[in-house]
Amino acid sequence: MKASVLVFPGSNCDRDVAISLEAATDRPPAMVWHGLTEVPESDLIVLPGGFSYGDYLRSGCMAAHSPIMRDVVKKAKAGTPVLGICNGFQMLTETGLLPGVLMRNASLKFICKDVTLKVERNDTIFTNRYGRGKLVTIPIAHADGNYFADDDTLAKLEDEDRVAFRYCAADGSTAPDANPNGSRNNIAGIYDATGKILGLMPHPERLADIELGGTDGNPLFSSLMEALH
Amino acid sequence: MKARIKVTLKDGVLDPQGKAIANALGGLGFEGIEDVRQGKYIEVELAESDPDKARSQVTKMCEELLANMVIENFSFVLETA
Repeated sequence: MKASVLVFPGSNCDRDVAISLEAATDRPPAMVWHGLTEVPESDLIVLPGGFSYGDYLRSGCMAAHSPIMRDVVKKAKAGTPVLGICNGFQMLTETGLLPGVLMRNASLKFICKDVTLKVERNDTIFTNRYGRGKLVTIPIAHADGNYFADDDTLAKLEDEDRVAFRYCAADGSTAPDANPNGSRNNIAGIYDATGKILGLMPHPERLADIELGGTDGNPLFSSLMEALH
Repeated sequence: MKARIKVTLKDGVLDPQGKAIANALGGLGFEGIEDVRQGKYIEVELAESDPDKARSQVTKMCEELLANMVIENFSFVLETA
């Protein structure tokens, strides 16, 4: 599997995700600087976490309108899988590749902690190595992760089974107090209509090695390796 | 020509920052604060001198970049120097 990780000024999870990808695929991903206009041919494009362009105007907004993103949108629409983590998820909503928007956390605070997530589907290229409905622990670290979409969009996401991960309690219940940031329907990550684009706020690359205290993030990368070789 | 642009949250979109501001105003002793909604104010200097052309230019800027149409509305006034 040949992956490309985009690097924007202010990205800070690009190297972490590169390490996770290399561990899963035995191959270092291409690191692609935002100033280029074309992403090399890849089986997967990764938009990493961080604070691209200092979160100016809206988180992910400036990156979403940078020259390289035109090519990302083009390739995504032609079927190249795209993974957007945290700031990458914000970019995906800003480009319109994923619906909705990530607003300021309801608490107005930057939240950095491990959360429990429910894996809603395990039949996608991103989650085939997880059990369906499995609970995993993965950290979040964001100020703007409060997922909002209007009622119609939300109903469509639920009807089409496009919620990838949901914040939940240790028993798997999606009670409001298991919701760290105010996201509608406890949404932590969603797919596009084809299931080939995933955006999620939690950071699987930050808990993908025993040295980091856990490996619940690993199956996401090995799932991609399994599906895309 | 200058465009004075206001970007505000749509009705029905929760505004936790507005709520925090309302609480802070209450804490300072201002009474009768019923609601606060906050937004952004942006000024853009344009070379364009034709108001109609400027209007359509600024509308496009708002739709494509300055506002996120999922949650925000925009309005603007044009000012000749």
